[in-house]
Amino acid sequence: MKIKNLLIAAIRSLKKNKMRTFLTMLGIIIGVASVIAMLAIGQGSKQSIQAQISTLGTNILIIYPQASSSGGVRMEAGSSQKMTLEDVNAITERCPSVEYITPQVRSSGQLVNGNMNWRTSVYGVYPDYFEIRNLKIMSGNLFTMTDDRSSTKVCIIGQTVITNLFGDYADPVGNYIRINKIPFKIIGTIEKKGQNAFGQDQDDVVIAPFSTVQKRMMAITHIQSMLVSARSEALIPAASQEITDVLKAKHNLGPSEEPDFTIRTQTDIAEAATATSGILTVLLATIASISLLVGGIGIMNIMLVSVTERTREIGIRMSVGARGRDVLLQFLIEALMISLLGGFIGISLGVIVSQLIANILSWPVNITVQSILMSFVFASAIGIFFGWYPARKAARLNPIDALRYE
Amino acid sequence: MHRKCKEVAGEEDKMSKAIISVIDLVKIYQMGEVEVHALRGISADIMNGDFLAIMGKSGSGKSTFMNMIGCLDVPTRGQYLLDEVDVSSLSKDQLANLRNNKIGFVFQSFNLLSRTTALENVELPLMYNRKISSKEMRDRSLNALDAVGLADRAHHFPNQLSGGEQQRVAIARSLVNDPVVILADEPTGNLDTRTSLEVMGIFQKLNQKGITIVIVTHDADVAAFTKRHITFRDGRIIRAIEVNKPRNAMEELAAMPVMVEEDDA
Repeated sequence: MKIKNLLIAAIRSLKKNKMRTFLTMLGIIIGVASVIAMLAIGQGSKQSIQAQISTLGTNILIIYPQASSSGGVRMEAGSSQKMTLEDVNAITERCPSVEYITPQVRSSGQLVNGNMNWRTSVYGVYPDYFEIRNLKIMSGNLFTMTDDRSSTKVCIIGQTVITNLFGDYADPVGNYIRINKIPFKIIGTIEKKGQNAFGQDQDDVVIAPFSTVQKRMMAITHIQSMLVSARSEALIPAASQEITDVLKAKHNLGPSEEPDFTIRTQTDIAEAATATSGILTVLLATIASISLLVGGIGIMNIMLVSVTERTREIGIRMSVGARGRDVLLQFLIEALMISLLGGFIGISLGVIVSQLIANILSWPVNITVQSILMSFVFASAIGIFFGWYPARKAARLNPIDALRYE
Repeated sequence: MHRKCKEVAGEEDKMSKAIISVIDLVKIYQMGEVEVHALRGISADIMNGDFLAIMGKSGSGKSTFMNMIGCLDVPTRGQYLLDEVDVSSLSKDQLANLRNNKIGFVFQSFNLLSRTTALENVELPLMYNRKISSKEMRDRSLNALDAVGLADRAHHFPNQLSGGEQQRVAIARSLVNDPVVILADEPTGNLDTRTSLEVMGIFQKLNQKGITIVIVTHDADVAAFTKRHITFRDGRIIRAIEVNKPRNAMEELAAMPVMVEEDDA
């Protein structure tokens, strides 16, 4: 039988039982729609987490010294004092994949402006820090490397600090504040950045030249960590390797020895943060797929009923020359039509439901082309898989018995 | 003159050709432990243009024989030549193709597809023939419906047709693939006298056009319209007779008193 005729025959017989066809299809529709919606929610939440991670900066690598130990007692991570500015310089000179680098020290400081005071972290960094972290100056200016060399007492403050020391919407550039009793001139303010993925307020900071904080405030000679940005996302692993090699050589460690520092990349952080949402997506999609599977069983059930009910028709078709293959194809195409049409409607419904979820619950959703294709392929596979057995049963009927069937 | 002679000779040649030829046909069904001998060695020829009635009581083997020559079943032993093709050794698919190209079936219970128009029912055999275009399919089906006088009912559904009309649709369906033989299994079994006459009239008309028809029946009245009778008993042919002057269904129908349907008046 020609494919065209097969399609016509399948459509005719599906039309004969509109209600039954629709109810069978409903199983697939609901299954596909829920798969689409669940994947959209999963993808959406993953994306929003990734977007938050990217507020950390672009292509970031963070290098911490390992924990120090004295007499077998290990201290907290980053407590080692082996990392120095020489390491920073070595990386700047010898790591081609590294674009920006800054040493970082962090101190806690009591800030005072007149009768207002506030306690927060004071970071000592190079101006490149702003490039690495994608921080933007809102008003005033950034300090320079000259300020760093001369340990100038200048600082740049975040919005939360401004609010607490100067009140809302104030522009404190040019004013002086005291940090741990040392007067600092405010030369700039940072644009609001909001919370990061871990709920920390990224605006509650004071940033000052590296040497100012290291020498004047903390009086130390080592650095606490380094922030590095790779030239591109693809170069993050290369940068990580280069830094490992350079630092190991610098610290007189053989290639097989454990490094005395840890490198964490943005990818690591993102992976850790999205792992939960990934698991949740898989879980939701699995539950939705089960409903799709149940829909498939519905197809099989109805097709089996249909074959029994239409035994006579099969006999008639065989008597006028239908081969087993023609009968098989006819029933298989009917099953496939139910599942494909159901898949199509299900995808539309899934998209609508996802949009409703986005609008009503304001959850982040993201419908991917892959999830649509996957649902479609899955739906047709179910049609073929669950349609096969009934179709084969029909094809194997003996025409004489089928004609005589009441 | 010379030419006409030749034509007549050709015609005669065609007439005398056996389109169905069975030799010592045996069919044994295995029902569990028991062997059922449905056919015990049938030999017969059916000529082109024949109008044959196969008679016999139920269980005589006439239906088995019919299934056999209709290529629905294969014999246990013996040879069956349909239009010079040996059917006995063909595969299921090849049998299906033969049924599609060379056989037309008419059943007692009409066996039309429900909720499918008369035209679509008639088109059914052509649907399984890959060589036929949609247009040709439609034209041939309309012609076949016209041949049974139902051209105006083409788009009616079976439940909108009377029994006689349904059987005529079935005959149109059996005609549409231009078969070498039409096999009719008790075609008037579900019809009243008048519509039976109509149906037999159509068969006679088709036979006059040269179509070979085989009717299976246990009704001597129906058989009386055919040219030849073969009677089965216990899987054997016990009698084969030529009918000298078959009854004419059309004439009898015309002679029948017209029923006055008072309800309509």
